[in-house]
Amino acid sequence: MPVDPKRSRSILSSLRRTLGVGALAVLMASPLHAATADAGPATVPAGIATASDPGVAPAVAADPRLEADMMELSHKLRCLVCQNQSIAESNAPLAVDLRNQVREQLAAGKDKDDVIDYLVERYGDFVLYEPPFNAATGLLWVGPFALLLAGAGWLAWRLRRRRREIAADGALSAADRERARALLAGGGDAASNPASPESRK
Amino acid sequence: MKAKFLVPLLLFFGLAGFLAFGLTLNPREVPSPLIDKPAPNFRLARLDQPEQTFTLEDMRGQVWLLNVWASWCVACRQEHPLLVRMAEQKLVPVVGLAYKEVRGDGAISTRGMSLEAETAMAVERGRRWLADHGNPYVVSVMDIDGRVGIDFGVYGVPETFLIDREGRIRYKHIGPITPESLQTQIMPKVEELRRAG
Amino acid sequence: MIPELGHFALILALVLSLVQAVVPLVGAHRNSSALMAVGRPAAQGQFFFILFSYVCLTWAFIQSDFSVQLAATNSHSATPLMYKITGVWGNHEGSLLLWAMSLSLWTVAVTVFSRHLPDAFLARVLGVLGLVSAGFISFTLVTSNPFDRLLPAVAEGRDLNPLLQDPGMIIHPPLLYMGYVGFSVAFAFAIAALLSGRLDAAWARWSRPWTTIAWVFLTAGIAVGSGWAYYELGWGGWWFWDPVENASFMPWLLGTALMHSLAVTEKRGAFRSWTVLLAIGAFSLSLLGTFLVRSGVITSVHAFATDPKRGLYILALLVIVIGFSLLLYAMRANKLMGGGSFGLVSRETSLLANNVLLTVASASVLLGTLYPLFLDALGLGKISVGPPYFEAVFVPLMTPVVVLMMFGPFLRWKDDDLLAEVRRVAPAFVASVAIGVGGAWAVDHLTWRTALGLSLAAWVVLASLQLLARRLGERAGASAGSRLRSITASWWGMWLAHFGIGIFIIGVTMVGSLDRHLDVKMKEGQHAELAGYTFVFRGAVDADGPNYDAARGNIELLRDGRSLDMLTPEKRVYLAQGMPMTEASLDIGLFRDVYVSLGEQLEDGAWIVSLYYKPFISWIWAGCVLMGLGGVFAAADRRYRRLAARDAAAAVDGRAGAAA
Repeated sequence: MPVDPKRSRSILSSLRRTLGVGALAVLMASPLHAATADAGPATVPAGIATASDPGVAPAVAADPRLEADMMELSHKLRCLVCQNQSIAESNAPLAVDLRNQVREQLAAGKDKDDVIDYLVERYGDFVLYEPPFNAATGLLWVGPFALLLAGAGWLAWRLRRRRREIAADGALSAADRERARALLAGGGDAASNPASPESRK
Repeated sequence: MKAKFLVPLLLFFGLAGFLAFGLTLNPREVPSPLIDKPAPNFRLARLDQPEQTFTLEDMRGQVWLLNVWASWCVACRQEHPLLVRMAEQKLVPVVGLAYKEVRGDGAISTRGMSLEAETAMAVERGRRWLADHGNPYVVSVMDIDGRVGIDFGVYGVPETFLIDREGRIRYKHIGPITPESLQTQIMPKVEELRRAG
Repeated sequence: MIPELGHFALILALVLSLVQAVVPLVGAHRNSSALMAVGRPAAQGQFFFILFSYVCLTWAFIQSDFSVQLAATNSHSATPLMYKITGVWGNHEGSLLLWAMSLSLWTVAVTVFSRHLPDAFLARVLGVLGLVSAGFISFTLVTSNPFDRLLPAVAEGRDLNPLLQDPGMIIHPPLLYMGYVGFSVAFAFAIAALLSGRLDAAWARWSRPWTTIAWVFLTAGIAVGSGWAYYELGWGGWWFWDPVENASFMPWLLGTALMHSLAVTEKRGAFRSWTVLLAIGAFSLSLLGTFLVRSGVITSVHAFATDPKRGLYILALLVIVIGFSLLLYAMRANKLMGGGSFGLVSRETSLLANNVLLTVASASVLLGTLYPLFLDALGLGKISVGPPYFEAVFVPLMTPVVVLMMFGPFLRWKDDDLLAEVRRVAPAFVASVAIGVGGAWAVDHLTWRTALGLSLAAWVVLASLQLLARRLGERAGASAGSRLRSITASWWGMWLAHFGIGIFIIGVTMVGSLDRHLDVKMKEGQHAELAGYTFVFRGAVDADGPNYDAARGNIELLRDGRSLDMLTPEKRVYLAQGMPMTEASLDIGLFRDVYVSLGEQLEDGAWIVSLYYKPFISWIWAGCVLMGLGGVFAAADRRYRRLAARDAAAAVDGRAGAAA
């Protein structure tokens, strides 16, 4: 793709200036700011502060902060009787019981790890949507990143090998090159020749 | 054909092997982590005499089964005749855990009901059910709020725990006991524990 | 009588699919044009009979013919007509028929739109599609006959699962299946190419529009499914990493890689082996998804009632289709090496790198989805792998994809100067990081995840604008109009789809960081505050529907004392199954949704009401729409039709040459 470097640079530099300022302005502007402003009262719902006001609907949870912690933890715990839902999402009786357990224990001052241990002791690792790292789950946790490394290694190897092939390409005859160029231009010629000449091996 | 081009095929066959094996497994059956651990202790009111309580200590020295049941549980009806027959033959003592007898029943709303009222209702319903279907239990206790159920990792009714002389859980059966599972799984383990002790 | 006709039509469709599979393949092998010509009418006839069969089944649902087992278990005489019709695919048997019908529809589309293809090639494509179709129709007939009778008939049906009685049900499954199954065309093209040994750029060009259209369907299907879950489940979640969602997401990831790989193969003749493998992989993952949903090896909210016999049948199908394809690949792959040369720093390299990343991401989703099964099979215990795992793994894998995705289009094909290009985009990159961190700080949620998300989104937006500016700057001196016109539809497609990902990331990040939730007990006249909005409860009324009883709350939404909307969440109890359902009510806005669902009524008459504030959530779907539109633009590029005509001419010349 031919690019006139000078021209695109001049457009870009002006664009860049506008963009930098503009994007920041957009980000700081109303919608997000509204969200920030909103966030304030939401963390301490008005319903609590003025619970005595009969016009204000009382929160279901006596302690919204505790409720939020409970729900956050519950989203990571699997409901055993459901097909595949967290105990936060499910309304199965056992899920309700377990939510109550979690709430009660958090209220008693236990930290999240204690609550998780409590449930794992009774129901096993199955209740955790985030499996612990151990010998059995090592491959699960390491696997994706091992695959990533393997992919990167394979890519590097392929590209290095390609480079060597390109270097060897110098040995191609002028006719070969001409034909290859025609092929690359559109592939139309290749269509007429099923035994594609592109393969080198 | 170069060996490296076979890699995708071999990977796929490995995967297919696992999937085939997966067809034989039941993903909904969760093994208990409590096996070979001391059974969680509890003190619960008895169904026959609610003013009296029952604890694990009462069964110490015996190999016994803890059967989780409820009158609203449909699958329990399926296994109940077998439990009655086991009791007649005195195969192994079975303690019943009446699990959330009232609040577990979807047809009943317990909102606003006091614990006393709920307990009284559980006693009434539980006794009636045992009178109708036969009582195979050496004793039944009431887990009104399902708290003991959670301690035992109960996630469905019926479930049955095999507990040894020292009060350790040695086996857990999920779902209704069938004559086959009794013969091939539960009784051999009971015999073994009796011999061992 | 009509169900029997439907059953019979399905048997005829099976016979025709076998004809379509065998005759053209033999014809292509023997170079007999008479045999090859059978493929087209066989495919069209097959479609006719499946369609007929499908209409018969729908008829049984509409007529509430409860002597048909499927209608008796999935419909009800009082169900609204729309959900009688869509109820056909709300179960295993009916949805399998839909699967077969969409495959057949794709096949017919190939026969109609691929007149320019060489006969032998088209014959092989139809043959492969016929084989897959035969597999699925026979699966339907042998293990899951939708026309099974229930005699004596029951007086009333058990109704469609209430969760499925929703407009989402009308479009989600057909879109998703068209996407899933659409990859069969790219697959069939790849197999036909392997069989014929003709793996040149023309093959890639032929399959590109098909792949893109299938991808558009899949994107739309996934997006609609996610939007449906968002408003239907009553608490505003939109993606759950459920195995069945993953089953559609894995082919999407690999299909995305395939589209890009096809671009390189078409333009530069490179990556052919890799492209073929991706074409096989994308369809294999579609098949695998079908297996996961229908075999019961994995528990999922979406799974159909299962039966191990079915699982075994699909597994056998999987082993035959995928095993054969990969074997063929192994035998022919060495012919696929080579292609246009390219430098270490080039468009090709960036595309290859991103394809590797997408493949790794797809494989990771597969690993997470199947890992519990692996452990269980090896007797190592039962575990669950859910959202926390996938989020932990997916974010680091996709971050480089997004970075590279916007850098790649700046690079030239063949060879480029890395330093110069990096210098060119560096300002945008630095600005993105600044915007991301600054934005996270500005919204008072300075976590690494929010900062990363906003940075990536800013990067996509800024780099897109820069790319557009550069593209427009390419033709010095030309008028703005002619510069715009000089940009091809496929370039716009690329640009839009990538831009859409930026919009998508903004939505995901903002709703993940800033959503708010409050449960309140409301009596008439009482109000609650959340995120600057005021909710006033105006009482609840009865709002019974045809097959459910319901209470509807009236909740007025106000902001700064100004009334914005009247929200009407419902609590329904579906009569046939006694199943309670919440119907949330939403005030949808450009920058936020306000989402209200009605819980139970308490003893004292108050209602439990859940209030949610979901900033930017619409951007998630807006991003998906842009991605889909991008795909439509790319597939509509005139170049394909022009070059297709040229290929056809060349093929005719080639045949004439061979005959001479």
